[in-house]
Amino acid sequence: MIVRILGEGQLRLDDSAASELNKLDAKLEAAVERNDEPGFRLALSELLAQVRSIGSPVEAGALEPSELILPEEGATMSEVRKLLAGDGLIPG
Amino acid sequence: MSVMKRVSMMFRAKANKALDRMEDPRETLDYSYQTQLELLQKVRRGVADVATSRKRVELQINQLQQSSDKLDRQARDALAVGREDLARDALTRKAGVQSQLNELNVQYTSLQGEEEKLTGASQRLQAKVDAFRTKKETIKATYTAAEAQTRINEAFTGISEEMGDVGLAIQRAEDKTEQMKARASAIDELMASGALDDMVGGPRDDIQAELDRMGAGSGVEAELERLKGELGQGSAPREIEGAGAAADGAAAGTTASATDGRPAQASPADQPQAGDGT
Repeated sequence: MIVRILGEGQLRLDDSAASELNKLDAKLEAAVERNDEPGFRLALSELLAQVRSIGSPVEAGALEPSELILPEEGATMSEVRKLLAGDGLIPG
Repeated sequence: MSVMKRVSMMFRAKANKALDRMEDPRETLDYSYQTQLELLQKVRRGVADVATSRKRVELQINQLQQSSDKLDRQARDALAVGREDLARDALTRKAGVQSQLNELNVQYTSLQGEEEKLTGASQRLQAKVDAFRTKKETIKATYTAAEAQTRINEAFTGISEEMGDVGLAIQRAEDKTEQMKARASAIDELMASGALDDMVGGPRDDIQAELDRMGAGSGVEAELERLKGELGQGSAPREIEGAGAAADGAAAGTTASATDGRPAQASPADQPQAGDGT
Protein backbone atom coordinates (compact mmCIF):
# COMPACT_ATOMS: atom_id res chain seq x y z
CA MET A 1 0.00 0.00 0.00
CA ILE A 2 1.33 3.44 -0.95
CA VAL A 3 0.59 6.45 1.24
CA ARG A 4 1.41 10.03 0.31
CA ILE A 5 2.14 12.71 2.87
CA LEU A 6 1.53 16.02 1.12
CA GLY A 7 4.73 18.03 0.86
CA GLU A 8 6.88 15.01 1.72
CA GLY A 9 6.28 12.35 -0.89
CA GLN A 10 5.14 8.73 -1.06
CA LEU A 11 5.84 5.88 1.35
CA ARG A 12 5.26 2.17 0.92
CA LEU A 13 3.56 0.45 3.84
CA ASP A 14 2.69 -3.12 4.55
CA ASP A 15 -1.03 -3.72 3.99
CA SER A 16 -1.30 -4.93 7.57
CA ALA A 17 -0.70 -1.35 8.74
CA ALA A 18 -4.15 -0.34 7.52
CA SER A 19 -6.07 -1.10 10.71
CA GLU A 20 -3.65 0.89 12.87
CA LEU A 21 -3.83 3.82 10.45
CA ASN A 22 -7.61 3.64 10.40
CA LYS A 23 -7.69 3.97 14.18
CA LEU A 24 -5.52 7.09 14.06
CA ASP A 25 -7.53 8.41 11.15
CA ALA A 26 -10.73 7.96 13.16
CA LYS A 27 -9.23 10.21 15.86
CA LEU A 28 -8.50 12.78 13.20
CA GLU A 29 -12.03 12.57 11.87
CA ALA A 30 -13.48 12.89 15.39
CA ALA A 31 -11.42 16.03 16.00
CA VAL A 32 -12.79 17.53 12.78
CA GLU A 33 -16.35 16.76 13.88
CA ARG A 34 -15.76 18.33 17.30
CA ASN A 35 -14.14 21.31 15.60
CA ASP A 36 -11.18 20.67 17.90
CA GLU A 37 -8.13 22.32 16.36
CA PRO A 38 -5.52 21.23 18.96
CA GLY A 39 -6.96 17.71 18.87
CA PHE A 40 -6.76 17.76 15.09
CA ARG A 41 -3.12 18.82 15.11
CA LEU A 42 -2.23 16.17 17.62
CA ALA A 43 -4.08 13.39 15.77
CA LEU A 44 -2.53 14.43 12.45
CA SER A 45 0.92 14.52 13.98
CA GLU A 46 0.46 11.02 15.45
CA LEU A 47 -0.84 9.67 12.16
CA LEU A 48 2.06 11.13 10.19
CA ALA A 49 4.62 9.90 12.72
CA GLN A 50 3.20 6.40 12.47
CA VAL A 51 3.28 6.41 8.66
CA ARG A 52 6.87 7.69 8.65
CA SER A 53 8.03 5.14 11.18
CA ILE A 54 6.62 2.07 9.45
CA GLY A 55 6.85 3.22 5.83
CA SER A 56 9.79 3.26 3.47
CA PRO A 57 10.18 5.88 0.72
CA VAL A 58 8.84 4.89 -2.69
CA GLU A 59 11.53 4.93 -5.41
CA ALA A 60 11.79 8.38 -7.00
CA GLY A 61 10.72 7.41 -10.50
CA ALA A 62 7.63 5.42 -9.52
CA LEU A 63 4.41 6.56 -11.19
CA GLU A 64 1.98 4.72 -8.98
CA PRO A 65 -0.94 6.58 -7.48
CA SER A 66 -1.28 6.50 -3.69
CA GLU A 67 -4.04 4.63 -1.96
CA LEU A 68 -4.18 7.17 0.83
CA ILE A 69 -3.16 10.81 0.92
CA LEU A 70 -2.46 12.64 4.16
CA PRO A 71 -2.39 16.39 4.79
CA GLU A 72 1.01 17.88 5.48
CA GLU A 73 2.43 18.29 8.96
CA GLY A 74 1.12 21.44 10.59
CA ALA A 75 -1.92 21.74 8.32
CA THR A 76 -4.89 23.45 9.95
CA MET A 77 -8.46 22.18 9.89
CA SER A 78 -9.53 25.00 7.63
CA GLU A 79 -6.77 24.15 5.17
CA VAL A 80 -7.90 20.53 5.09
CA ARG A 81 -11.54 21.57 4.69
CA LYS A 82 -10.58 23.71 1.74
CA LEU A 83 -8.68 20.80 0.26
CA LEU A 84 -11.72 18.54 0.63
CA ALA A 85 -14.07 21.14 -0.80
CA GLY A 86 -12.24 20.89 -4.11
CA ASP A 87 -12.90 24.23 -5.80
CA GLY A 88 -9.91 23.68 -8.02
CA LEU A 89 -7.59 24.06 -5.03
CA ILE A 90 -5.53 21.10 -6.17
CA PRO A 91 -3.58 22.50 -9.08
CA GLY A 92 -1.86 20.67 -11.90
CA MET B 1 -15.68 9.16 5.90
CA SER B 2 -12.02 9.11 6.74
CA VAL B 3 -9.99 12.23 6.14
CA MET B 4 -7.14 10.45 4.34
CA LYS B 5 -9.52 8.60 2.04
CA ARG B 6 -11.38 11.77 1.18
CA VAL B 7 -8.16 13.64 0.36
CA SER B 8 -7.02 10.86 -1.96
CA MET B 9 -10.43 10.79 -3.61
CA MET B 10 -10.15 14.48 -4.35
CA PHE B 11 -6.83 13.92 -6.08
CA ARG B 12 -8.16 10.89 -7.96
CA ALA B 13 -11.26 12.75 -9.10
CA LYS B 14 -9.14 15.53 -10.46
CA ALA B 15 -7.01 13.12 -12.50
CA ASN B 16 -10.06 11.25 -13.79
CA LYS B 17 -11.72 14.43 -14.90
CA ALA B 18 -8.63 15.41 -16.88
CA LEU B 19 -8.46 11.93 -18.42
CA ASP B 20 -12.12 12.06 -19.44
CA ARG B 21 -11.54 15.25 -21.33
CA MET B 22 -8.89 13.63 -23.53
CA GLU B 23 -10.11 11.80 -26.61
CA ASP B 24 -6.88 10.47 -28.02
CA PRO B 25 -4.70 8.71 -25.43
CA ARG B 26 -1.53 9.67 -27.32
CA GLU B 27 -2.57 13.25 -27.03
CA THR B 28 -3.03 12.74 -23.31
CA LEU B 29 0.57 11.67 -22.95
CA ASP B 30 2.07 14.55 -24.91
CA TYR B 31 -0.19 17.16 -23.43
CA SER B 32 0.46 15.95 -19.92
CA TYR B 33 4.21 15.94 -20.50
CA GLN B 34 4.08 19.58 -21.59
CA THR B 35 2.14 20.48 -18.46
CA GLN B 36 4.69 18.65 -16.34
CA LEU B 37 7.56 20.62 -17.85
CA GLU B 38 5.71 23.86 -17.21
CA LEU B 39 5.13 22.91 -13.59
CA LEU B 40 8.80 22.05 -13.20
CA GLN B 41 9.68 25.53 -14.41
CA LYS B 42 7.19 27.01 -12.01
CA VAL B 43 8.48 25.14 -8.99
CA ARG B 44 12.05 26.18 -9.81
CA ARG B 45 10.96 29.80 -10.04
CA GLY B 46 9.23 29.28 -6.70
CA VAL B 47 12.47 28.10 -5.10
CA ALA B 48 14.26 31.19 -6.45
CA ASP B 49 11.51 33.52 -5.18
CA VAL B 50 11.61 32.09 -1.68
CA ALA B 51 15.41 32.34 -1.66
CA THR B 52 15.19 36.01 -2.64
CA SER B 53 12.74 36.73 0.17
CA ARG B 54 14.92 34.86 2.63
CA LYS B 55 17.97 36.90 1.64
CA ARG B 56 16.02 40.10 2.01
CA VAL B 57 14.94 39.15 5.54
CA GLU B 58 18.54 38.21 6.31
CA LEU B 59 19.70 41.66 5.23
CA GLN B 60 17.10 43.33 7.40
CA ILE B 61 18.07 41.20 10.37
CA ASN B 62 21.67 42.39 9.97
CA GLN B 63 20.60 46.00 9.73
CA LEU B 64 18.35 45.78 12.77
CA GLN B 65 21.10 44.06 14.72
CA GLN B 66 23.44 46.93 13.93
CA SER B 67 20.79 49.36 15.01
CA SER B 68 20.30 47.47 18.28
CA ASP B 69 24.06 47.44 18.94
CA LYS B 70 24.23 51.13 18.26
CA LEU B 71 21.38 51.96 20.65
CA ASP B 72 23.15 49.89 23.27
CA ARG B 73 26.32 51.94 22.80
CA GLN B 74 24.33 55.15 22.93
CA ALA B 75 22.74 54.10 26.21
CA ARG B 76 26.18 53.39 27.63
CA ASP B 77 27.53 56.74 26.44
CA ALA B 78 24.52 58.57 27.82
CA LEU B 79 24.92 56.96 31.22
CA ALA B 80 28.62 57.75 31.25
CA VAL B 81 27.77 61.42 31.06
CA GLY B 82 24.99 61.11 33.59
CA ARG B 83 22.06 61.34 31.17
CA GLU B 84 19.85 58.58 32.47
CA ASP B 85 16.85 59.98 30.58
CA LEU B 86 18.62 59.54 27.26
CA ALA B 87 19.90 56.13 28.23
CA ARG B 88 16.36 55.06 29.09
CA ASP B 89 15.11 56.39 25.78
CA ALA B 90 17.78 54.48 23.85
CA LEU B 91 17.06 51.25 25.72
CA THR B 92 13.33 51.63 25.13
CA ARG B 93 13.97 51.95 21.44
CA LYS B 94 16.35 49.04 21.56
CA ALA B 95 13.57 46.92 23.05
CA GLY B 96 11.39 47.87 20.08
CA VAL B 97 14.13 46.90 17.63
CA GLN B 98 14.65 43.63 19.49
CA SER B 99 10.99 42.70 19.21
CA GLN B 100 11.18 43.31 15.44
CA LEU B 101 14.31 41.20 15.33
CA ASN B 102 12.60 38.34 17.11
CA GLU B 103 9.73 38.36 14.63
CA LEU B 104 12.10 38.52 11.67
CA ASN B 105 14.06 35.57 13.00
CA VAL B 106 10.87 33.52 13.19
CA GLN B 107 10.05 34.47 9.62
CA TYR B 108 13.54 33.67 8.47
CA THR B 109 13.25 30.16 9.85
CA SER B 110 9.85 29.72 8.23
CA LEU B 111 11.19 30.85 4.84
CA GLN B 112 14.13 28.51 5.16
CA GLY B 113 11.66 25.68 5.78
CA GLU B 114 9.63 26.61 2.69
CA GLU B 115 12.77 26.73 0.60
CA GLU B 116 13.77 23.25 1.69
CA LYS B 117 10.28 21.87 1.06
CA LEU B 118 10.07 23.39 -2.41
CA THR B 119 13.54 22.16 -3.31
CA GLY B 120 12.51 18.65 -2.27
CA ALA B 121 9.25 18.95 -4.22
CA SER B 122 11.17 20.07 -7.29
CA GLN B 123 13.51 17.07 -7.09
CA ARG B 124 10.66 14.59 -6.61
CA LEU B 125 8.74 16.02 -9.54
CA GLN B 126 11.84 15.97 -11.73
CA ALA B 127 12.31 12.24 -11.05
CA LYS B 128 8.67 11.51 -11.89
CA VAL B 129 8.71 13.61 -15.03
CA ASP B 130 11.79 11.72 -16.24
CA ALA B 131 10.07 8.42 -15.52
CA PHE B 132 6.93 9.61 -17.29
CA ARG B 133 8.87 10.59 -20.40
CA THR B 134 10.38 7.11 -20.67
CA LYS B 135 7.06 5.44 -20.02
CA LYS B 136 5.32 7.67 -22.54
CA GLU B 137 7.58 6.51 -25.35
CA THR B 138 7.18 2.86 -24.37
CA ILE B 139 3.41 3.16 -24.25
CA LYS B 140 3.30 4.93 -27.59
CA ALA B 141 5.27 2.10 -29.18
CA THR B 142 2.98 -0.57 -27.79
CA TYR B 143 -0.24 1.36 -28.22
CA THR B 144 -3.24 -0.36 -29.93
CA ALA B 145 -3.14 -3.12 -27.34
CA ALA B 146 -5.98 -2.79 -24.86
CA GLU B 147 -3.44 -2.76 -22.10
CA ALA B 148 -1.98 0.53 -23.28
CA GLN B 149 -5.04 2.43 -22.10
CA THR B 150 -4.69 1.02 -18.59
CA ARG B 151 -1.01 1.93 -18.49
CA ILE B 152 -1.73 5.43 -19.66
CA ASN B 153 -4.34 5.87 -16.99
CA GLU B 154 -1.98 4.62 -14.32
CA ALA B 155 0.96 6.75 -15.37
CA PHE B 156 -1.26 9.76 -15.76
CA THR B 157 -2.91 9.32 -12.37
CA GLY B 158 0.48 8.82 -10.70
CA ILE B 159 2.05 11.93 -12.13
CA SER B 160 -1.12 13.94 -11.68
CA GLU B 161 -1.02 13.26 -7.95
CA GLU B 162 2.59 14.43 -7.74
CA MET B 163 1.70 17.54 -9.71
CA GLY B 164 -1.19 18.31 -7.38
CA ASP B 165 1.10 17.95 -4.40
CA VAL B 166 3.76 20.20 -5.93
CA GLY B 167 1.12 22.74 -6.92
CA LEU B 168 -0.08 22.94 -3.32
CA ALA B 169 3.50 23.40 -2.10
CA ILE B 170 3.98 26.26 -4.56
CA GLN B 171 0.78 27.92 -3.37
CA ARG B 172 1.80 27.68 0.26
CA ALA B 173 5.24 29.11 -0.48
CA GLU B 174 3.69 31.94 -2.51
CA ASP B 175 1.33 32.82 0.33
CA LYS B 176 4.19 32.95 2.78
CA THR B 177 6.46 35.03 0.58
CA GLU B 178 3.60 37.46 -0.17
CA GLN B 179 3.08 38.10 3.54
CA MET B 180 6.80 38.42 3.94
CA LYS B 181 7.16 40.89 1.09
CA ALA B 182 4.51 43.19 2.54
CA ARG B 183 6.23 43.13 5.90
CA ALA B 184 9.71 43.57 4.44
CA SER B 185 8.52 46.60 2.46
CA ALA B 186 7.10 48.15 5.61
CA ILE B 187 10.41 47.67 7.40
CA ASP B 188 12.35 49.07 4.44
CA GLU B 189 10.14 52.16 4.47
CA LEU B 190 10.70 52.65 8.16
CA MET B 191 14.44 52.28 7.68
CA ALA B 192 14.37 54.81 4.86
CA SER B 193 12.33 57.28 6.92
CA GLY B 194 14.84 57.11 9.77
CA ALA B 195 12.10 56.15 12.18
CA LEU B 196 13.49 52.66 12.49
CA ASP B 197 14.90 53.12 15.96
CA ASP B 198 11.62 53.62 17.67
CA MET B 199 9.42 51.33 15.74
CA VAL B 200 7.58 49.06 18.13
CA GLY B 201 6.10 46.52 15.78
CA GLY B 202 3.56 47.57 13.19
CA PRO B 203 -0.13 48.07 13.63
CA ARG B 204 -1.34 46.85 16.98
CA ASP B 205 -4.19 47.86 19.19
CA ASP B 206 -3.78 50.40 21.99
CA ILE B 207 -3.93 47.88 24.79
CA GLN B 208 -1.23 45.76 23.21
CA ALA B 209 0.88 48.88 22.70
CA GLU B 210 0.46 49.77 26.36
CA LEU B 211 1.35 46.22 27.43
CA ASP B 212 4.39 46.29 25.19
CA ARG B 213 5.47 49.56 26.75
CA MET B 214 5.07 48.16 30.23
CA GLY B 215 6.91 44.99 29.30
CA ALA B 216 9.71 46.88 27.61
CA GLY B 217 9.77 49.30 30.55
CA SER B 218 10.70 46.73 33.16
CA GLY B 219 13.34 45.24 30.88
CA VAL B 220 14.74 48.71 30.26
CA GLU B 221 14.99 49.44 33.99
CA ALA B 222 16.83 46.18 34.57
CA GLU B 223 19.23 46.87 31.75
CA LEU B 224 19.77 50.40 32.98
CA GLU B 225 20.82 49.00 36.35
CA ARG B 226 23.12 46.54 34.64
CA LEU B 227 24.85 49.29 32.66
CA LYS B 228 25.19 51.41 35.77
CA GLY B 229 26.78 48.49 37.53
CA GLU B 230 29.25 48.12 34.69
CA LEU B 231 30.10 51.78 34.82
CA GLY B 232 30.44 51.65 38.62
CA GLN B 233 27.62 54.11 39.22
CA GLY B 234 25.77 51.97 41.76
CA SER B 235 22.04 52.48 42.00
CA ALA B 236 21.79 56.12 42.92
CA PRO B 237 20.89 57.60 39.59
CA ARG B 238 18.21 60.07 40.64
CA GLU B 239 20.74 62.57 42.01
CA ILE B 240 22.63 62.50 38.75
CA GLU B 241 19.61 63.90 36.89
CA GLY B 242 20.42 67.38 38.18
CA ALA B 243 24.05 67.11 37.28
CA GLY B 244 23.01 65.92 33.87
CA ALA B 245 22.41 69.47 32.70
CA ALA B 246 26.11 70.21 33.04
CA ALA B 247 26.93 67.26 30.83
CA ASP B 248 24.51 68.30 28.12
CA GLY B 249 27.30 69.56 25.94
CA ALA B 250 28.84 66.13 25.80
CA ALA B 251 25.56 64.57 24.84
CA ALA B 252 24.59 67.20 22.30
CA GLY B 253 23.18 65.63 19.20
CA THR B 254 21.27 62.97 21.04
CA THR B 255 19.09 65.53 22.72
CA ALA B 256 15.52 66.04 21.61
CA SER B 257 12.47 64.36 22.98
CA ALA B 258 11.79 62.05 25.86
CA THR B 259 13.00 64.15 28.75
CA ASP B 260 9.49 64.08 30.12
CA GLY B 261 9.68 60.52 31.32
CA ARG B 262 7.32 59.15 28.68
CA PRO B 263 9.87 58.24 26.04
CA ALA B 264 7.99 55.39 24.44
CA GLN B 265 4.97 57.54 23.72
CA ALA B 266 6.77 59.92 21.45
CA SER B 267 5.72 59.59 17.84
CA PRO B 268 8.29 58.48 15.28
CA ALA B 269 8.51 61.96 13.82
CA ASP B 270 9.62 63.34 17.19
CA GLN B 271 12.55 61.04 17.51
CA PRO B 272 16.10 62.01 16.65
CA GLN B 273 17.46 60.54 13.45
CA ALA B 274 19.46 57.42 13.97
CA GLY B 275 23.10 58.22 13.98
CA ASP B 276 23.08 61.99 14.08
CA GLY B 277 26.16 63.30 15.76
CA THR B 278 26.88 60.41 18.12
